[in-house]
Amino acid sequence: MKYSLLINEGPYQHQAVDSAYQFAKAAIAKGHEIFRVFFYHDGVNNATDFAVPPQDDRNITANWIALAEENNIDMVVCIAAAQRRGLLDANEAERQGKRGDNIAPTFRISGLGQLVEAGIESDRLLTFGD
Amino acid sequence: MSEPWEDEVEGPVKKFMFVNRKSPYGTVYALESLEVVLITAAFDQDVSLVFSDDGVFQIKKGQSTDGIGMKNFSPTYRALEGYDVEKLYVDKESMEERGLTQDDLLVDVEILSRAELADLMDEQDVVLSF
Repeated sequence: MKYSLLINEGPYQHQAVDSAYQFAKAAIAKGHEIFRVFFYHDGVNNATDFAVPPQDDRNITANWIALAEENNIDMVVCIAAAQRRGLLDANEAERQGKRGDNIAPTFRISGLGQLVEAGIESDRLLTFGD
Repeated sequence: MSEPWEDEVEGPVKKFMFVNRKSPYGTVYALESLEVVLITAAFDQDVSLVFSDDGVFQIKKGQSTDGIGMKNFSPTYRALEGYDVEKLYVDKESMEERGLTQDDLLVDVEILSRAELADLMDEQDVVLSF
Protein backbone atom coordinates (compact mmCIF):
# COMPACT_ATOMS: atom_id res chain seq x y z
CA MET A 1 0.00 0.00 0.00
CA LYS A 2 1.09 3.56 -0.66
CA TYR A 3 1.14 5.66 2.50
CA SER A 4 1.77 9.29 3.26
CA LEU A 5 2.23 10.66 6.75
CA LEU A 6 1.26 14.00 8.24
CA ILE A 7 3.28 15.00 11.30
CA ASN A 8 1.83 17.79 13.41
CA GLU A 9 4.02 17.84 16.51
CA GLY A 10 7.60 18.78 17.23
CA PRO A 11 10.45 16.46 18.22
CA TYR A 12 11.27 15.30 21.81
CA GLN A 13 8.34 17.26 23.31
CA HIS A 14 5.82 14.87 21.84
CA GLN A 15 5.84 11.21 20.84
CA ALA A 16 3.92 11.78 17.59
CA VAL A 17 6.98 11.93 15.39
CA ASP A 18 8.54 8.87 17.03
CA SER A 19 5.35 6.93 16.39
CA ALA A 20 5.35 8.10 12.78
CA TYR A 21 8.96 7.02 12.36
CA GLN A 22 8.33 3.59 13.86
CA PHE A 23 5.26 3.22 11.67
CA ALA A 24 7.20 4.18 8.56
CA LYS A 25 9.96 1.67 9.34
CA ALA A 26 7.44 -1.10 10.03
CA ALA A 27 5.42 -0.35 6.90
CA ILE A 28 8.53 -0.40 4.71
CA ALA A 29 9.65 -3.66 6.32
CA LYS A 30 6.31 -5.16 5.31
CA GLY A 31 6.82 -4.07 1.71
CA HIS A 32 4.66 -0.95 1.72
CA GLU A 33 5.69 2.38 0.26
CA ILE A 34 5.97 5.69 2.10
CA PHE A 35 5.34 8.24 -0.62
CA ARG A 36 5.66 11.44 1.36
CA VAL A 37 6.04 12.71 4.91
CA PHE A 38 4.54 16.16 5.37
CA PHE A 39 5.60 18.25 8.36
CA TYR A 40 3.03 20.77 9.57
CA HIS A 41 2.22 22.79 12.70
CA ASP A 42 5.09 22.30 15.21
CA GLY A 43 6.03 19.23 13.18
CA VAL A 44 8.17 21.53 11.03
CA ASN A 45 10.66 21.64 13.91
CA ASN A 46 11.63 18.05 13.09
CA ALA A 47 13.44 19.42 10.06
CA THR A 48 15.90 21.61 11.91
CA ASP A 49 19.56 20.98 11.17
CA PHE A 50 20.56 22.70 14.42
CA ALA A 51 19.24 20.31 17.07
CA VAL A 52 21.93 18.65 19.18
CA PRO A 53 20.24 16.02 21.36
CA PRO A 54 22.32 14.23 24.02
CA GLN A 55 24.37 11.39 22.61
CA ASP A 56 22.52 8.71 24.55
CA ASP A 57 19.19 9.86 23.07
CA ARG A 58 17.79 9.21 19.62
CA ASN A 59 18.48 11.82 16.95
CA ILE A 60 15.07 12.22 15.40
CA THR A 61 16.09 14.39 12.46
CA ALA A 62 19.07 12.17 11.60
CA ASN A 63 16.84 9.07 11.80
CA TRP A 64 14.39 10.55 9.32
CA ILE A 65 17.16 11.56 6.95
CA ALA A 66 18.59 8.03 6.96
CA LEU A 67 15.19 6.44 6.43
CA ALA A 68 14.25 8.88 3.69
CA GLU A 69 17.51 8.45 1.81
CA GLU A 70 17.37 4.65 1.98
CA ASN A 71 13.78 4.50 0.83
CA ASN A 72 13.41 7.50 -1.40
CA ILE A 73 10.80 9.20 0.78
CA ASP A 74 9.77 12.74 -0.11
CA MET A 75 10.16 14.85 3.04
CA VAL A 76 8.21 18.09 2.78
CA VAL A 77 8.07 20.93 5.28
CA CYS A 78 5.18 23.41 5.05
CA ILE A 79 6.64 26.76 4.14
CA ALA A 80 4.09 28.92 5.95
CA ALA A 81 4.31 26.90 9.18
CA ALA A 82 8.12 26.81 8.91
CA GLN A 83 8.51 30.53 8.40
CA ARG A 84 6.31 31.28 11.41
CA ARG A 85 8.58 29.11 13.53
CA GLY A 86 11.94 30.27 12.23
CA LEU A 87 12.84 27.44 9.86
CA LEU A 88 14.28 28.62 6.59
CA ASP A 89 16.12 27.01 3.73
CA ALA A 90 18.99 28.85 2.04
CA ASN A 91 16.79 30.47 -0.59
CA GLU A 92 14.23 31.71 1.89
CA ALA A 93 16.90 32.93 4.30
CA GLU A 94 18.38 35.04 1.55
CA ARG A 95 15.01 36.28 0.38
CA GLN A 96 13.95 37.24 3.92
CA GLY A 97 17.33 38.77 4.79
CA LYS A 98 18.07 36.32 7.61
CA ARG A 99 21.54 35.41 8.84
CA GLY A 100 21.40 31.68 8.28
CA ASP A 101 19.36 28.73 7.15
CA ASN A 102 18.50 25.66 9.18
CA ILE A 103 16.56 23.13 7.12
CA ALA A 104 18.39 19.81 7.26
CA PRO A 105 19.41 18.08 4.04
CA THR A 106 16.81 15.71 2.53
CA PHE A 107 13.95 17.87 3.77
CA ARG A 108 12.49 20.35 1.32
CA ILE A 109 10.30 23.38 1.84
CA SER A 110 7.07 23.57 -0.11
CA GLY A 111 3.41 24.49 0.15
CA LEU A 112 0.31 22.87 1.58
CA GLY A 113 -0.60 21.71 -1.92
CA GLN A 114 1.93 18.94 -1.35
CA LEU A 115 -0.17 17.68 1.57
CA VAL A 116 -3.33 17.72 -0.52
CA GLU A 117 -1.51 15.93 -3.32
CA ALA A 118 -0.30 13.31 -0.84
CA GLY A 119 -3.93 12.76 0.17
CA ILE A 120 -4.95 12.34 -3.46
CA GLU A 121 -2.02 10.15 -4.55
CA SER A 122 -1.77 7.84 -1.56
CA ASP A 123 -3.97 4.94 -0.53
CA ARG A 124 -3.82 6.20 3.05
CA LEU A 125 -2.83 9.50 4.64
CA LEU A 126 -2.09 9.02 8.33
CA THR A 127 -1.98 11.87 10.83
CA PHE A 128 0.38 11.82 13.81
CA GLY A 129 -0.31 14.42 16.49
CA ASP A 130 -2.86 15.61 19.02
CA MET B 1 -26.22 17.54 -16.72
CA SER B 2 -22.90 19.17 -16.11
CA GLU B 3 -22.20 22.61 -17.46
CA PRO B 4 -19.84 22.77 -20.45
CA TRP B 5 -17.12 24.52 -18.46
CA GLU B 6 -17.14 21.61 -16.01
CA ASP B 7 -16.20 19.13 -18.74
CA GLU B 8 -12.50 19.98 -18.66
CA VAL B 9 -10.16 17.12 -18.03
CA GLU B 10 -9.50 17.18 -14.32
CA GLY B 11 -7.45 15.28 -11.81
CA PRO B 12 -8.90 12.83 -9.32
CA VAL B 13 -11.34 14.18 -6.76
CA LYS B 14 -11.33 12.72 -3.29
CA LYS B 15 -13.54 13.38 -0.32
CA PHE B 16 -11.55 15.32 2.28
CA MET B 17 -13.05 15.86 5.71
CA PHE B 18 -11.52 18.25 8.21
CA VAL B 19 -12.41 17.57 11.82
CA ASN B 20 -11.90 20.71 13.87
CA ARG B 21 -11.73 19.84 17.54
CA LYS B 22 -9.91 22.70 19.20
CA SER B 23 -10.84 26.21 20.30
CA PRO B 24 -9.82 28.95 17.85
CA TYR B 25 -7.18 30.54 20.07
CA GLY B 26 -4.93 29.00 22.69
CA THR B 27 -3.24 26.84 20.05
CA VAL B 28 -2.58 27.42 16.37
CA TYR B 29 -4.32 24.25 15.19
CA ALA B 30 -7.56 25.96 14.13
CA LEU B 31 -5.85 28.67 12.10
CA GLU B 32 -3.48 26.28 10.37
CA SER B 33 -6.30 23.83 9.71
CA LEU B 34 -8.20 26.56 7.92
CA GLU B 35 -5.18 27.12 5.69
CA VAL B 36 -5.26 23.45 4.63
CA VAL B 37 -9.00 23.68 3.98
CA LEU B 38 -8.51 26.60 1.61
CA ILE B 39 -5.70 24.88 -0.29
CA THR B 40 -7.70 21.65 -0.56
CA ALA B 41 -10.61 23.62 -1.98
CA ALA B 42 -8.22 25.26 -4.45
CA PHE B 43 -7.34 21.73 -5.63
CA ASP B 44 -11.05 21.23 -6.43
CA GLN B 45 -11.45 18.43 -3.94
CA ASP B 46 -14.71 17.49 -2.24
CA VAL B 47 -14.26 19.29 1.09
CA SER B 48 -16.30 19.05 4.24
CA LEU B 49 -15.70 20.44 7.71
CA VAL B 50 -16.81 19.10 11.04
CA PHE B 51 -16.76 21.16 14.21
CA SER B 52 -16.75 19.10 17.36
CA ASP B 53 -15.59 19.38 20.96
CA ASP B 54 -14.16 22.89 21.56
CA GLY B 55 -13.92 23.22 17.76
CA VAL B 56 -17.47 24.57 17.76
CA PHE B 57 -16.09 27.77 19.29
CA GLN B 58 -14.21 28.37 16.02
CA ILE B 59 -17.47 29.43 14.36
CA LYS B 60 -19.06 31.27 17.26
CA LYS B 61 -20.40 34.70 16.42
CA GLY B 62 -18.98 37.87 17.92
CA GLN B 63 -15.37 36.84 18.44
CA SER B 64 -13.08 39.60 19.60
CA THR B 65 -9.35 39.10 19.99
CA ASP B 66 -8.50 42.64 21.07
CA GLY B 67 -7.51 41.50 24.53
CA ILE B 68 -5.11 38.77 23.45
CA GLY B 69 -3.18 40.48 20.67
CA MET B 70 -4.00 37.88 18.04
CA LYS B 71 -5.65 38.10 14.67
CA ASN B 72 -9.38 37.34 14.63
CA PHE B 73 -9.60 34.92 11.72
CA SER B 74 -13.26 33.99 12.20
CA PRO B 75 -14.41 36.06 9.16
CA THR B 76 -12.57 33.51 6.99
CA TYR B 77 -15.21 30.89 7.83
CA ARG B 78 -17.81 33.10 6.20
CA ALA B 79 -15.61 33.32 3.09
CA LEU B 80 -15.53 29.53 2.67
CA GLU B 81 -18.65 29.63 0.53
CA GLY B 82 -16.64 31.59 -2.04
CA TYR B 83 -14.30 28.60 -2.30
CA ASP B 84 -17.25 26.23 -2.79
CA VAL B 85 -16.78 24.86 0.69
CA GLU B 86 -20.38 24.51 1.76
CA LYS B 87 -20.51 21.25 3.69
CA LEU B 88 -20.17 22.38 7.26
CA TYR B 89 -21.28 20.08 10.05
CA VAL B 90 -21.52 20.61 13.77
CA ASP B 91 -21.62 17.90 16.37
CA LYS B 92 -24.91 18.44 18.19
CA GLU B 93 -23.71 17.14 21.55
CA SER B 94 -20.57 19.30 21.50
CA MET B 95 -22.63 22.39 20.69
CA GLU B 96 -25.17 21.72 23.41
CA GLU B 97 -22.56 20.84 26.02
CA ARG B 98 -21.15 24.33 25.52
CA GLY B 99 -24.50 26.08 25.85
CA LEU B 100 -24.60 27.08 22.19
CA THR B 101 -27.39 26.96 19.64
CA GLN B 102 -27.35 27.31 15.87
CA ASP B 103 -28.15 31.03 16.31
CA ASP B 104 -24.76 31.51 17.98
CA LEU B 105 -22.89 30.34 14.88
CA LEU B 106 -21.58 32.69 12.20
CA VAL B 107 -22.08 30.31 9.25
CA ASP B 108 -24.86 28.04 8.04
CA VAL B 109 -24.20 24.54 9.25
CA GLU B 110 -25.91 21.20 9.41
CA ILE B 111 -26.27 19.92 12.96
CA LEU B 112 -25.66 16.19 13.22
CA SER B 113 -25.58 13.61 15.95
CA ARG B 114 -22.37 11.75 16.67
CA ALA B 115 -23.79 8.63 15.03
CA GLU B 116 -24.60 10.58 11.87
CA LEU B 117 -21.13 12.12 11.84
CA ALA B 118 -19.60 8.67 12.17
CA ASP B 119 -21.51 7.53 9.07
CA LEU B 120 -20.34 10.62 7.20
CA MET B 121 -16.72 10.00 8.20
CA ASP B 122 -17.03 6.47 6.93
CA GLU B 123 -17.74 7.83 3.43
CA GLN B 124 -14.57 9.94 3.27
CA ASP B 125 -11.32 9.15 1.48
CA VAL B 126 -9.18 11.38 3.69
CA VAL B 127 -10.02 12.53 7.21
CA LEU B 128 -7.75 15.17 8.71
CA SER B 129 -8.23 15.98 12.34
CA PHE B 130 -6.90 19.18 13.82
